[in-house]
Amino acid sequence: MSILETTGVRTDAVVRIENVSKTYGSGSNALLALDRVSLDVEKGEFVCLLGASGCGKSTLLSLVAGLDQISSGTLEIGGRKVALMFQEAALFPWLSVTGNVELPLRLQGLGKAERRKRAEELLEVVRLNGFADKRPHELSGGMRQRVALARALAQNADVLLMDEPFGALDAMTRDILHDELERIWREQNLTVLFVTHNVREAVRLGDRVILLSSRPGRVIEDFPIQHARPRRIDSPEVSGQAAEITDRLRAEVARHAS
Amino acid sequence: MPAETAVSDSTTAATNAVTLTKGRAANEVSGLDALETAPQRDKGRLGLRIWASAWPKLLALAIVIGIWEAAYLAEWRPSYLLPPPTEVFPQLWDLITTADFWNGIRLTMTRAITGFSLAVAIGTVLGAAVSRFAPLRAAIGSLITGLQTMPSIMWFPLAILLFQLGEKAILFVVVIGAAPSVANGLISGIDYVPRTWLRVGQVMGMSGLAKYRHLILPASLPSFVSGLKQGWAFSWRSLMAGELLVMVPGAVSIGVRMQNARDLTDSGLVISYIMVVLVIGILIDQLFNFADNALRKRWGLTGN
Repeated sequence: MSILETTGVRTDAVVRIENVSKTYGSGSNALLALDRVSLDVEKGEFVCLLGASGCGKSTLLSLVAGLDQISSGTLEIGGRKVALMFQEAALFPWLSVTGNVELPLRLQGLGKAERRKRAEELLEVVRLNGFADKRPHELSGGMRQRVALARALAQNADVLLMDEPFGALDAMTRDILHDELERIWREQNLTVLFVTHNVREAVRLGDRVILLSSRPGRVIEDFPIQHARPRRIDSPEVSGQAAEITDRLRAEVARHAS
Repeated sequence: MPAETAVSDSTTAATNAVTLTKGRAANEVSGLDALETAPQRDKGRLGLRIWASAWPKLLALAIVIGIWEAAYLAEWRPSYLLPPPTEVFPQLWDLITTADFWNGIRLTMTRAITGFSLAVAIGTVLGAAVSRFAPLRAAIGSLITGLQTMPSIMWFPLAILLFQLGEKAILFVVVIGAAPSVANGLISGIDYVPRTWLRVGQVMGMSGLAKYRHLILPASLPSFVSGLKQGWAFSWRSLMAGELLVMVPGAVSIGVRMQNARDLTDSGLVISYIMVVLVIGILIDQLFNFADNALRKRWGLTGN
């Protein structure tokens, strides 16, 4: 079914998802959201989960984040820590920018001076130094996502889970944030599991693009993306590959519609 | 030689390109985001702003005094029952310049603050408990809302039976009048903490006390402040009703003074006390509004 099943067990997978199913409700109302999904994410890998709405990609992310329980199968993250980003920045309005970034550090038990220093570094990473004392509502949507990214980085997570983080932004801001995310991913050696319904975005960012079918969500295909980085979203390589994946996605959607 | 130039040219170009890309991100972000971020609003001149908010109030006040004066001139009631503003305002001034009056204010405000503080403490504990434990919510959740609609004066007969004509009877009614509002404010604040915030907190590893301290309590603050404001209004009303009904010997509160003025058919004094109570109510309401607005501004909840 999934080509991953034939590739066998990878040795340094950070996230190992095997035959994971997720059902909501029970009896005749039961809804199968994910159907025997298998997927390994290696350390340092940037994996994009792609699919039409209702394919359970956000569900899969919630499962990996531990916000929801799997119905069957095995999901291993080996006690690793995860951080999660959403389409909304979900910053806390009662805290300043630096307060938001410092909160995970505070929960880790870091002292005040140490927190301030680390938050400053992280704001530098997302290029928001100088905005530390602003309130979230004083920032633009793109800047808020940068703060959310800094906050996620502050969690010292092994895996960064991103659920359409740039979905609400305009194309220009999104384009810039793609560059930034790619840079930070490389500099910080992050492992990223990135959910999107935007094919070009997936090809622009991913080492691999996992295509999911809808209702129930299944892995249809695993596309390795080998174009050299940094990529441009409007380059012929990215466009070409995106077209190929879009065709595959269309075929899948059409198969469901009929 | 030409080949070398070409090589060095392309190197320079490459270096330029790198610098450009590096600089580009930062510059463009500030350019685009500058458009999107909220602009600093012009504060305007202070005097003008005060005048703009003051004149409608002053006009309204003038109209009320005008109607009062007209009622007096038309001899709607005998002048000893309805004295004119020109008599009452000097009387009010004479009243508030006596030390005795301020003793009464001190007594009444002490009761108000004691009762309200107690109501806040009880309401907060009650609200936190109800939002935390589902069976408790099922048991008394709707009762708390019901209590809010109960006119507090209805509690006095029972309060007098339980506590006799004493401070405790007044305190009981003030607390029972205000605590449900405080509890409800906290409950709805906790209930409507956005789901994504909770998920963020969970992923950050918040649980138990840390979750309350860093997420639930701050997130429910605006609703809690609304509850406090409403609770204050209820406790102030309950207190005034209490001071008119429950006369504690030796305690010459604002309510007692007003009742005495009525007994002496001193309408001017009764009206003066009405104005005093009204002004105190308005001042404290403004205090709560100030806190509420400051909070909203800090959170960016005010529309631009």
